Amino acid sequence: MTSVGGVAGDVPATPPGRPAPRESPFRRVADMFRANEEKGWRWSARVAVLLPLVALVFAITVLAIKAWPAIRVNGWYFLYGKNWTYGHSYGATVHTNGVAHAAGAQFGAWPLILGTLQSSFIAIVVAVPLSIGAAFALTERMPSWVSRPLGFAIEILAGIPSVVIGLWGLLTFGPWLAKHIYPTLASIASDLPNVWPFNYFRQPVGTGEGLLTAGLVLGMMIIPIIASTTRELFVQVPSLPKEGGEALGMTHWEVANRITLPWVRSGIIGGTVLGLGRALGETIAVVLVGGASLHIAPNIYQPFGTIAATILSQLDGAQADGTGFAVATLAELALVLAVISVGVNLAARFIITRTGRTGGPVGTGA
Amino acid sequence: MTTNTSLAPGPSTRRRRVSSIGFRVFTYGSLILIIAPAAWILLGVLFRALPHWRWSVLWTPLTAAGGGLRDQIIGTLLLMLGVLILAGTIGVLAGIHLSEMAKLKKNGKPSGGLLRTGSDILSGFPSIVLGYVGYAALVLYFHWGFSYLAAVIVLSVMVVPYIAKTTENSLRQVPTAYREGAEALGMSMGYSLRKVVLKTALPGIVTGVLLALAIAGGETAPLIYTANFANTVPHSLTHASFPYLTYVVFSFYDSSQVQYHYLAYDAALILVVMVLILLVATRVIVARTQRHAEGARTRTRSPRKPPKPGPDEAVDLVDLPLPR
Repeated sequence: MTSVGGVAGDVPATPPGRPAPRESPFRRVADMFRANEEKGWRWSARVAVLLPLVALVFAITVLAIKAWPAIRVNGWYFLYGKNWTYGHSYGATVHTNGVAHAAGAQFGAWPLILGTLQSSFIAIVVAVPLSIGAAFALTERMPSWVSRPLGFAIEILAGIPSVVIGLWGLLTFGPWLAKHIYPTLASIASDLPNVWPFNYFRQPVGTGEGLLTAGLVLGMMIIPIIASTTRELFVQVPSLPKEGGEALGMTHWEVANRITLPWVRSGIIGGTVLGLGRALGETIAVVLVGGASLHIAPNIYQPFGTIAATILSQLDGAQADGTGFAVATLAELALVLAVISVGVNLAARFIITRTGRTGGPVGTGA
Repeated sequence: MTTNTSLAPGPSTRRRRVSSIGFRVFTYGSLILIIAPAAWILLGVLFRALPHWRWSVLWTPLTAAGGGLRDQIIGTLLLMLGVLILAGTIGVLAGIHLSEMAKLKKNGKPSGGLLRTGSDILSGFPSIVLGYVGYAALVLYFHWGFSYLAAVIVLSVMVVPYIAKTTENSLRQVPTAYREGAEALGMSMGYSLRKVVLKTALPGIVTGVLLALAIAGGETAPLIYTANFANTVPHSLTHASFPYLTYVVFSFYDSSQVQYHYLAYDAALILVVMVLILLVATRVIVARTQRHAEGARTRTRSPRKPPKPGPDEAVDLVDLPLPR
């Protein structure tokens, strides 16, 4: 140990027998590293945390710049129009508002916007109840040696690449549905009154490439997201209120409906919106399964298109337009999708902060 | 949903019994409806690929007459490696900032709300939109052409929020006592972060990064916009289309030549196996760390009394070995 009470100068800096340590360049670098380590961590972390924000702003800026000519020419027609034509690629170029585009080009994206909303709606309707039910089964009703492998199976479903699920939906699932399920559904629908929700299910059932198949496949892809979120939430619900409910003679259903579900409502909304975001933006599976149409599906079994799928499937067609206007229109499409996804995300945050009280008194619905 | 505040009669016993049984059937039924398609997909991929499976697919390059998928497999692995380096660094550092360095605001909430919102929005951003931005900015405007670099950057932007989130969560689970202990021992902030905090949180961080790699490796749409496709791995980071597996699945299945169909099925099987390996790896990591955690817990719970040091054998603190 060094002498604690010594005065500087009394004790030599180094013991007499040992030579003074030489300043090696390595030592100097190491000292510099040690002295500045904290600063380095802080600055690199600060830069890293800003990068996602920068990327987001950059992405939206690029989209806006690329889409600006298309926005000026297409106008509001883009949001409500139903006609999507590239015009005469080899004909004379026309100028509208100073923007060059092919003669007769007309871009109305309403079928695609509607298709995006329809398929995501089907996916949510299918996925939310199934996910909640499965999460109940996994957390409340099973020993862990059963529930753990089943949970892993759901995790695998989450990890399967979407292109593989899409190919399976196209080659196996869709044809199977068209052969075994859809005819039954259509015949039930034909017995129901010929009004909107029912007549959308009537014949013809097609080949299995279409809106309902795509919605079901999307549902399968978002089930793991919602189910894993819900499962984690159920585990966090304290057992005392549930045991109290059981002790009062409530059935499992009553405990689930009146204690567990109200406890985790906002979390389930959050998980659902995560899934919705994925369903809105899913591309490759919808390109494969949905039929890549540019029109509104005449019934629920027929081909349709989503915004994301069209951005991919129309790239080649758009690049054939020598004026570059079609590519700008794809940018406008991407911008619409980005706005929808950001809007959904912000709405979800708003809902969660509004209903985000946890641990409230039982029955008030935290 | 009636609110029974008084002794008013509730639903009848029969209705309650039916609803209870119905609930049970619903939960098990939905579990089956989720597991069955998952098994169906896995078996479907397996049985489409197996009848024509040749091991030479793994080491022969893709040719006009068929061949194998060597360069596509290498390409996907290289994309994952690039994402590991780029998104791994940025994501982990961003997670460190969100968990360790964001100061508390006056109302006690952690600051960085804007950063977190931006990160959340980016994680919900459609990948095809990011792909288009990569195409417009990197491929066209920067004149990189379809290239490895553009693809890696777009994939990284896609998964950085995910890595940041998992890193932040696993750092938050490190007990505060560890940080306080490190500070009490006089460790600098950087040293304690490196040696104490990150080391403890490492399993969670690695799990998040592996899952992010699985996401990146299975992505198709943004890659079509940024990497295009090639038969062989190029020798350049830019100006050269890049091969990867998912494109094979996407576009070869309806080719006119039947050997290309087989390649599509083979690529699907290889992709699924890759994802399974990554998922099992995360499971192994989680299981190992949980085993340690449980061991620690049972040790503290056991009612073993610490031996009282006698008056003669006072514990010399200096001689205790430091835990490494």
